[in-house]
Amino acid sequence: MTSILIALVSLLVIVSLVQITRVSELLAELKNEDVNDVSDADNNYQGVLTLVIGFGFIAFVIWQMYEWNHLLLPPAASVHGMEIDALMRVSMGLILVVFFALTPLLFFFTYKYRGNKSRKAYFFAHNNKLEVIWTVVPTVVLTALIIYGLRTWDRAMNVDVSDSTIIEVYSKQFGWTARSAGEDNKLGKSNFRLVDNTNVLGVDMEDPNAADDKVLREVHLVVGKPVLLKFRSQDVIHSAFLPHFRVQMNCVPGLSTQFGFTPTKTTKEMKEQEGEDFDYILLCNKICGSAHYNMQMTFIVETQEEYDAWIASKKTLSQKLLTQK
Amino acid sequence: MADHHKETFITKYIFSQDHKMIAKQFLITGMFMALVGMLMSAIFRVQLANPGESSILYSLLPGSWVNEAGALNPDKYLALVTMHGTILVFWVLTAGLSGTFANFLIPLQIGARDMASGFLNMISYWLFFIATVILIASIYVQGGPASSGWTIYPPLSALPQAIPGSGTGMTLWLLSITIFVAGSLIGGLNYIVTVLNLRTKGMSMRRMPLTVWALLVTAILGVLSFPVLLSCGLLLLFDRSFGTSFYLSDIIVNGEMLHNIGGSPILFEHLFWFLGHPEVYIILLPALGIVSEVISVNSRKPIFGYTAMVGAILVIAFLSFIVWGHHMFMTGMNPFLGSVFTFTTLLIAIPSAVKVFNWLATLWRANIRFTPAMLFAIGTVSAFITGGLTGLILGDSALDINVHDTYFVVGHFHIVMGLSAIYGMYAGVYHWFPKMYGKMMNKNLGYLHFWGTFICAYGVFFPMHFLGLAGLPRRYYTNSAFPMFDGLTDINSIITFFALAGAVIQAIFIFNFIYSIFKGTKASQNPWKANTLEWTTPVERIHGNWPGELPVVERWAYDYSKPGQEKDYALQTEPMQKGEEEH
Repeated sequence: MTSILIALVSLLVIVSLVQITRVSELLAELKNEDVNDVSDADNNYQGVLTLVIGFGFIAFVIWQMYEWNHLLLPPAASVHGMEIDALMRVSMGLILVVFFALTPLLFFFTYKYRGNKSRKAYFFAHNNKLEVIWTVVPTVVLTALIIYGLRTWDRAMNVDVSDSTIIEVYSKQFGWTARSAGEDNKLGKSNFRLVDNTNVLGVDMEDPNAADDKVLREVHLVVGKPVLLKFRSQDVIHSAFLPHFRVQMNCVPGLSTQFGFTPTKTTKEMKEQEGEDFDYILLCNKICGSAHYNMQMTFIVETQEEYDAWIASKKTLSQKLLTQK
Repeated sequence: MADHHKETFITKYIFSQDHKMIAKQFLITGMFMALVGMLMSAIFRVQLANPGESSILYSLLPGSWVNEAGALNPDKYLALVTMHGTILVFWVLTAGLSGTFANFLIPLQIGARDMASGFLNMISYWLFFIATVILIASIYVQGGPASSGWTIYPPLSALPQAIPGSGTGMTLWLLSITIFVAGSLIGGLNYIVTVLNLRTKGMSMRRMPLTVWALLVTAILGVLSFPVLLSCGLLLLFDRSFGTSFYLSDIIVNGEMLHNIGGSPILFEHLFWFLGHPEVYIILLPALGIVSEVISVNSRKPIFGYTAMVGAILVIAFLSFIVWGHHMFMTGMNPFLGSVFTFTTLLIAIPSAVKVFNWLATLWRANIRFTPAMLFAIGTVSAFITGGLTGLILGDSALDINVHDTYFVVGHFHIVMGLSAIYGMYAGVYHWFPKMYGKMMNKNLGYLHFWGTFICAYGVFFPMHFLGLAGLPRRYYTNSAFPMFDGLTDINSIITFFALAGAVIQAIFIFNFIYSIFKGTKASQNPWKANTLEWTTPVERIHGNWPGELPVVERWAYDYSKPGQEKDYALQTEPMQKGEEEH
């Protein structure tokens, strides 16, 4: 029934389009004009429209910035993240200035120079001075932006990880598992051939470093203490995305990747700032299969004392795996 | 050629070797695919606004895509996203755009009777047609079409155990793309040879219209980069079918331990994006060339800074080969490499800025005639500014950490690449329709189509930046699984509203296109009073283009409103007046 109605409506729309087109053609014929010739009146009308709708678009942009600003991510909760935010403010400021300069200019020009059959355009094929200016100015601005960006990137990537707490983040369809490196802060070796129902990460228990490792379903971090996340994947590419820390790294099967950072705000502080529902969340950000949209793990940032109490309550791998045998 | 042999229906309309007919074949196939791709996006936008609910639009899909409750299956959402991307990137904006306008404009604008090889040109279209049939067929096979994103990253695309679409659907996708690449290589080589060898007397490279420059450079990009995609796809085919391990290592999928050791998916990404980034400019450059031409004609002014415009095209094309790593900042690639790619990527902003300033300078003190084509050209400039600027955020590796693969990227590339190129394509169709069909498209329907599209397109893509800055990843079946995204529901509804409205508005264009072919008012020989050579051909489009001798070119393409002339244009064939200087 609905499809018949839709078909009927579409048919009516087409018929009315035909009629409108025919009528406008006949009217023009009566007036002895060519219906498809762009008249001065058309130019006026369309010129005004470019101004009105062009500036309407700019107003729409401003409205969105005003209305949706509160939905954006809160300020970074990590040391390098704050530097990224600073770079973001500068870059965003720059592109907004250019956007709010060029877009109005474009639509002002299209309005101001709307055509008129009695006028002639100004023949202006090139001007070396102008062209040099608008090549050199972007070059200078971009050079500064590139240098600033690369310094930020360098500092985010090349962090000293010698005293970082090491945590492994392991991805598979469709969930995350983590492994704390234990008291020795060394992860035991792993091999995908060792993965089974009890040893879900395929840790090699013959490696002495593995004994004190702990498998986790939730990651806890100590505020102000650097952490090094090491990523592995079991099946396809996933991407570990922690938007509040400005951390992202792909998890690639057959390859080990890593990202080091220092959290600066506890979950409690963030809850006070952002509301009770807040949690640091790890999401998957690389298409990985049907439940890609629902791969999450919570990260908790807390004080050293809270962390110590929590980690002590977790069993080590040797306790877990060896007792089962 | 003027005394061409007699044409039958088959040699004229189906296996035609006339570049004008082949162009129309590309255009109509491209338009059909655009319609399919747009419908797919309408369907997944409905899912995003009303996650898990049923919709009348889903009745367009194969029955197995929808569960008992009438909701779209999550893996089929990914199938729709994948096919939408594949169709729009390759079928519409590569073959539909370049295929149409390279075929149509190159011989006409350089003064050639046809392409260097009409036969190869015909083969190029028919390979494209076969690829199209295979791609469409892949939608209906068991497991559905490819579903691992249009970038088909392995291992997801290599393992049917990981997602149903990586079964037969993926094999057909690879087969289809292989044939597509073969067709586009044959076409591209033909375009290059034609431009270099068949220019008429007087048509020096410095007098070529910017459309031809853009199409030439596009063809060169395609010839250099598409073979890499082919090899990339062939290695994937080997991994899928013959047990090799180019891209696979250490994998347990669905409880099954695979034997593959030593491969790297990162290798695939490097190979893929070595095509993938030039591909962005394969899409964009023809549109920018068309826009330069349309703006100049309808501003009644020469394009400002012709040499700089050609230079910018060449610089962009060169840079496009050394920036592919910016798609891979987060793959675990060495951070130093990331720095290099950031540097080269942000450099592209310089030639892009030059192009924008030159268009603005062309509009300055112009005498603008608002044809629908001109409006779409203005739309391209606006989209190129809006979308290009956010590239400064994404190209900066440090900032990319947090916006990579979010809706910020979706907003960015849909505006700078999608809208710019689609607007450019519309501008081209409205502008050259009189030459293609000898009829005029209805002007008022064109106006309606433009304004509807312009408003809806920004209504769809601009809000996406906010979704991305809120941290929302792309390719999510729904964002209701995370409480942190609960506030984004309104934005999603707004986007879907504009997406559906925008889709309906395209019906005006399709109606106008078909109506005008049959019932449109008859076009005159040079309806836009333009300078380029195609407007010296007779309205009755003949095989061989010019009835008598080939035209001889006396001046460049942009002598509009030149002082000392009576009319405000001068065809390229008009001899220089005494004492007149070339621009």
